[in-house]
Amino acid sequence: MKDLALHILDILQNSVTSGSTLVKLQIDEIPSKDEYLVKFIDNGKGMDAEMVQHVTDPFFTTRTTRKVGLGLPLLKQNAERTGGRMMIQSEPGKGTEVDVMFVFSHIDRLPAGDIAGTMALTVSSYPAIDFTYTHNTPDGSFIFNTIEIKETLGDLPINNPQVITFMKDFISDNLKEIKAS
Amino acid sequence: MSKITSLADLRNIKANVEAKMSLRERSESPESMVQIRVAMATCGIASGAKIVMDYMINELDKRNIPAVVTQTGCMGYCYAEPTIEVTRPGHQPLVFGYVDAKKADQIIGKYIMNGELLDGIIPVNYENIEGK
Repeated sequence: MKDLALHILDILQNSVTSGSTLVKLQIDEIPSKDEYLVKFIDNGKGMDAEMVQHVTDPFFTTRTTRKVGLGLPLLKQNAERTGGRMMIQSEPGKGTEVDVMFVFSHIDRLPAGDIAGTMALTVSSYPAIDFTYTHNTPDGSFIFNTIEIKETLGDLPINNPQVITFMKDFISDNLKEIKAS
Repeated sequence: MSKITSLADLRNIKANVEAKMSLRERSESPESMVQIRVAMATCGIASGAKIVMDYMINELDKRNIPAVVTQTGCMGYCYAEPTIEVTRPGHQPLVFGYVDAKKADQIIGKYIMNGELLDGIIPVNYENIEGK
């Protein structure tokens, strides 16, 4: 994966396919502690302790179409490459939380990439699922919430091409405003 | 400094889009539209599926083709990623492999608009991820 946005696009799919109705993404940039935190929280079917241990194994996947599953292992590798870490907490029936920490100042920390595009594409592909995306930097906070968007839209579908373009601009403008790195 | 896009802009977009929409379009069910599913598992994303999906959404909108573009999982053709599944109304779905923006343009121009077949079709009785 070339940037963080592609990892996010990938990991959000895990949450989406686990039967979640609400998927949360939170990014905290904390240069004072030299941390860049990415958190995925869903309310899907969750995993038992044994499965949690296995998901970072590249030869583990729930898919039946192929025998490898690289989403989480690649993200873990990229986090650890900066001196960071990945932690997974999950409870069957409750949901899953994936916490990733990158060392902020490390040269190998991936560039953020097009997070706005990632969110717009994911949100529009799964109209029945609600998403929130919170991004905190020392300069401010931005919260993107599809519940709010859908309320404004009324019966206009969230996968209308012009709405997708709006969401991209809305997120990227606000990320610029809080000086997201 | 330039203006920041806000929810107020979304209200304008909604008003604009709805004014342009005819009654027929409003009642259009997904089955009567072109449906495109972009394989977006780890393999697809790493090969550039996001660019293809972005391109498809913009280009179909520009050409005024009513279509639904969504994501799907890995269909097991990791070697041929990015792959997309195109379903024209009333036709069997077709899967195209090695799709980039240029290929996507040909798929829209030839297959979606005119029903012409082109190279790169994966000729199999595949099962998609939802069917597994």
